[in-house]
Amino acid sequence: MFDNLILLIGITLMYSTPLVFGALGGVISERSGVTNIGIEGMMVIGAISAASASYFTGNPWIGFLAAGICGALVALLHAVASVTFAADQTVSGVAINMLAPGLALFACRLFFDGAAMSPIATKLPKILGETGLAGTPFANLNVNVTTVLALLFTVIMWFVLYKTKWGLRIRAVGEHPAAADTLGIDVYRVRYACVLLSGMLAGFGGAAMTIAIISQFTQTAISGHGFIAMAAVIFGKWTPFGAYGACLLFGFTQALVIMLGGGNFVVPSQILSMLPYAMTIVVLILFVGRSVAPKADGVPYIKGSR
Amino acid sequence: MSKLEQFLRSRFAAALAAVLVGFAVSAVVLAAAGFNPIASFAALFNGAFGKPKYIANVIIKATPILLTGVSVSFAFKTGLFNIGAEGQYILGTVLATIVGVKLNLPMPLQVPIVLLSGILGGAALGAFVGWLKAHFGIHEVITSIMCNWISFYLCNYVVMSDTFHKPNSTSALPVSPSSYTMILGNWKKSEAGTEFLAGIPWLREILLKTDLNYGFIIGILVAILISFVLTRTKLGYELRAVGFNRDAARFSGISVEKNIVLSMLIAGGICGLAGALTITGISPHTITLLAAMESYGFNGMSVAFIAACSPIGCIPSSILFASLIYGGMTVQQVMGAPSDIINIMIGTIVFFTALPGITPLLANMVARRRKERENIRVSKDGTPLPEKEV
Amino acid sequence: MEASPDYAVQMHGILKTFGSFTALDRVDLDVRKQTVHAILGENGAGKTTLMNILYGLYQADEGEIFMSGNKVSITSPTEAIKHGIGMVHQHFMLVENFTVTENIILGDEVCGAAGVLDMAKARKEVMALVNEYGFDVDPDAKIEDITVGMQQRVEILKALYRGAEVLILDEPTAVLTPQEIEKLIEIMHDLIAKGKTIIIITHKLKEIMQSADECSIIRRGVYMGTVDVKNTSETELASKMVGRNVNLTVEKTPATPGDVVLSVRGLTVKDERGIEQVRNLSLDVHAGEIVGIAGIDGNGQQELVDAITNLVKAESGTITINGEQIQNTTPRNTFLHSIATIPSDRHRWGLVLPFAVSENTVLERHADEEFGAGLTLDYDKLRAYTTKLIEQFDIRPSGCEDERMSGLSGGNQQKAIIARMVSAAPNMLIAFQPTRGLDVGAIEFVHKTLIAERDRGAAILLISFELDEVMDVSDTIAVIYHGQITGTFAQGTVDENQLGLLMAGGEAK
Repeated sequence: MFDNLILLIGITLMYSTPLVFGALGGVISERSGVTNIGIEGMMVIGAISAASASYFTGNPWIGFLAAGICGALVALLHAVASVTFAADQTVSGVAINMLAPGLALFACRLFFDGAAMSPIATKLPKILGETGLAGTPFANLNVNVTTVLALLFTVIMWFVLYKTKWGLRIRAVGEHPAAADTLGIDVYRVRYACVLLSGMLAGFGGAAMTIAIISQFTQTAISGHGFIAMAAVIFGKWTPFGAYGACLLFGFTQALVIMLGGGNFVVPSQILSMLPYAMTIVVLILFVGRSVAPKADGVPYIKGSR
Repeated sequence: MSKLEQFLRSRFAAALAAVLVGFAVSAVVLAAAGFNPIASFAALFNGAFGKPKYIANVIIKATPILLTGVSVSFAFKTGLFNIGAEGQYILGTVLATIVGVKLNLPMPLQVPIVLLSGILGGAALGAFVGWLKAHFGIHEVITSIMCNWISFYLCNYVVMSDTFHKPNSTSALPVSPSSYTMILGNWKKSEAGTEFLAGIPWLREILLKTDLNYGFIIGILVAILISFVLTRTKLGYELRAVGFNRDAARFSGISVEKNIVLSMLIAGGICGLAGALTITGISPHTITLLAAMESYGFNGMSVAFIAACSPIGCIPSSILFASLIYGGMTVQQVMGAPSDIINIMIGTIVFFTALPGITPLLANMVARRRKERENIRVSKDGTPLPEKEV
Repeated sequence: MEASPDYAVQMHGILKTFGSFTALDRVDLDVRKQTVHAILGENGAGKTTLMNILYGLYQADEGEIFMSGNKVSITSPTEAIKHGIGMVHQHFMLVENFTVTENIILGDEVCGAAGVLDMAKARKEVMALVNEYGFDVDPDAKIEDITVGMQQRVEILKALYRGAEVLILDEPTAVLTPQEIEKLIEIMHDLIAKGKTIIIITHKLKEIMQSADECSIIRRGVYMGTVDVKNTSETELASKMVGRNVNLTVEKTPATPGDVVLSVRGLTVKDERGIEQVRNLSLDVHAGEIVGIAGIDGNGQQELVDAITNLVKAESGTITINGEQIQNTTPRNTFLHSIATIPSDRHRWGLVLPFAVSENTVLERHADEEFGAGLTLDYDKLRAYTTKLIEQFDIRPSGCEDERMSGLSGGNQQKAIIARMVSAAPNMLIAFQPTRGLDVGAIEFVHKTLIAERDRGAAILLISFELDEVMDVSDTIAVIYHGQITGTFAQGTVDENQLGLLMAGGEAK
């Protein structure tokens, strides 16, 4: 029983980690007023970048960084479309979600002789090393270093958003861009920065999947995680800690799927696999009306039109 | 306004520009990866139109994405984003299979019932997403994606279930043959049929080597019907009013909630029909274990966007995308370049249709240059030209 | 006029075009130091555009700007702020869920190391300003919780915090009670005494007479001259602004009220946050009578209208029309009971802007057999019907049946709504802010139509934040405060000051 509990906690933390990165990306982008439906695609790009870079260099940290950079590059597309061209942010995000898997698979086949998955890449370390706590009942709490990073990033983002002038400006731009503009704040620059940061974080999220949880890129490594992360943003009321908590909940359902799937339950695995998705819908039904999005979220800012 | 300007401001120019950019970006990616872009595109074209049966296969491929495209267009015209076309399509295939396997009625009854089951499956899922939006205000994009994955696993569940699983395979049992919708399905295999076709090689190739079916014709009819509903009926008027301005619609007594659910129900039904037609129209006439999303819904979105969400426009645009997707497979065979290049191309095309400003921007440039030229003319001969409307 | 150090701001030959439209045609403006200078013009005359150029939000195509005799170039709000210019926009530029202090320091934050905010110090600086100017503002309150008058003071503080010497106030009195307007004028004179210069943009003549030293007039983008306020009259200003002699009074015969048409009893309505906005409100409107509701924005007017039109649920109470209760049904039911409503925000509630004009005229009635048999909609019939309305109500441009509604001017959009509502010959017409953003000509048209409808026998409920409009047009004036009717008067039996006190929650003398 105790072992199972520890295992449950361990798996929950493990599976919530990619979601936390994705959700933090969603928070920062939406706080500045840009809806980023493309988080999923940016996570996919992060996933392939991390696996390939780690495989070829043998250094998973290079993989992790590559994921962030490539995620940000894809986010640049979204920023150009939604900030500079005032395009429909949903369409732009959807296009990125179409483009990214194609790009990822193309790269994968190119790098790995036509295979749709990468070879096993070097993983990021666990916090206490490969053998830390081994043999003790707490072995499953030796979580991936990404899990700690995710928490760290959450704290940093909270601090930046609420305790620094940059955060004040980001929140102002997301609530009332015209007001920020009249005070000399460059709305476009703030939004560009936030969207790029959002892509970087989503890229890290992809890396947290392919070089921490599993150790290779596969076509289904990222399957709706970006969208679950977006639901976590809403559930978490657009705050870093709220989103973090929401991701823990979604990670928990994923952990349940794994624990129950391994046991002697009569529920078929396909039905169990639906649980995180069904859970997301239930959570949204319960919470969506009660959390208020930033006022200018998803609304392109065009100078001179107020 | 000059003819060039007029053209540049048209929707067609915007679509054309997006397609060209799509090709250009793919060419760059191909070249960067060490493949000859020209040869690759030649292989692509050849793979799509090189033989009569290729063309037939393009039409077969175009059928589901025409319908999902019409569905996305319809929803978009009513202010909704049907990113759930994928799941509705899957649920259409699942329900059509279940009913098609369990029932074995005479064809004139069986086909409509199987198709209707698919429609109901898609419609139910669409309506569910619409209801979540109308009553809880949950953005349809997130719920749709969740429903896509639920449908995905539901499909796999049905495939693997004791009742429907075909032993030693990764698919479910095929539907009863009375559900088939291939063109001249029975006749072409009969003695008279084979004899007749022996004299016409191209027709023989199309009919016997492909599963050419009635699906595309049904798709065209649906596109026309949806276009009529949107522009010539009271229902279409209400749906569009709700889509353009929910508050004004509510204020004038139109039920916003009802119309959102209705719109998603119709959109879902169209996708369900697409799924059902796949089951009845092409072998193996059943659902198989899914490893990844098959992208019928997502490609439908591309079809819709490039057609500027005009249901009729989806007809040519579905042919365009089907030829890219089908021809793309040849690129891999002939050139060795990953066929995913096509997804990059499609993604790029959609991305550029999202940028509203490109071709109008060019039009503005043309207008400015013409103005400048006129100004120069004015200063040269000293008489101002009559003011023209820009 | 030559550039001179006696003038805080001089703008010479300002030309600004948007596409083929000339918004400002070589306009001049000379503002003496330490004066209140009014810029008068109709909606759309270009006065706000001129000030947006001064504040760096737009760039002029041609023209020069001087401050204290020195030529300056202002290409962004940041530079305007550097030159000591502050602007209070008509629609306040305040982040609603930020505190007063956060709003004031935004963009010019008080920071410790590495951009970390020092809120304690910021608060102290804001308090120092508040005390210096004697403003009654709580630095820790959130914007969404304070009154409009206080929000305006926060806006002024924002400018002062940035060291503004020249303050631009855009339509500053639009949302204030008469008492708050008096207080604002006091503040303005106080600021002048402390060495500041103030430019106010307005189309209200009375305030110019009360507060300004000089007044420059702009008509359709053209500078019409500057007058000394001491030596002019409201009528003279009005005719200069409009370009013809205008009749400032609304002409109508006394009302002959009939039976009660609308009867509201004990109505309570909560907003989406669950706060009671309408509290136990009762009200009667008779046939052939215009009842005007005076009040400041946010005192339950929106919720009252929403409840009658069934956009929101009533917590308790009844709404009766010709003896039938209609509360808590549907908007459709309200319409079927012959209640037509001109909404306050025409873009949000009144029109489907991407629809053609002809599609917009039948939003309520598209399902009638008149416009197509069965399920179909006959666009030829829509067009023919719309053509009639366009002629009858002089909607311009004529022949706009197939044009998008978004292409029409504000006045013509409003005409289209009024045509749609009045053509149904309703028993009850609700007009909520019917003249918002319209020019003098269009306002006259709206008022005439309301009176004509009254004379036809309809019951009219006029709700407006413009006290003058309520006083001029209504037969009966009711004051709404905090969701309750706090006083009802026949026209002519009450003056502006009494109404103003009631609107602010005081007792009528």
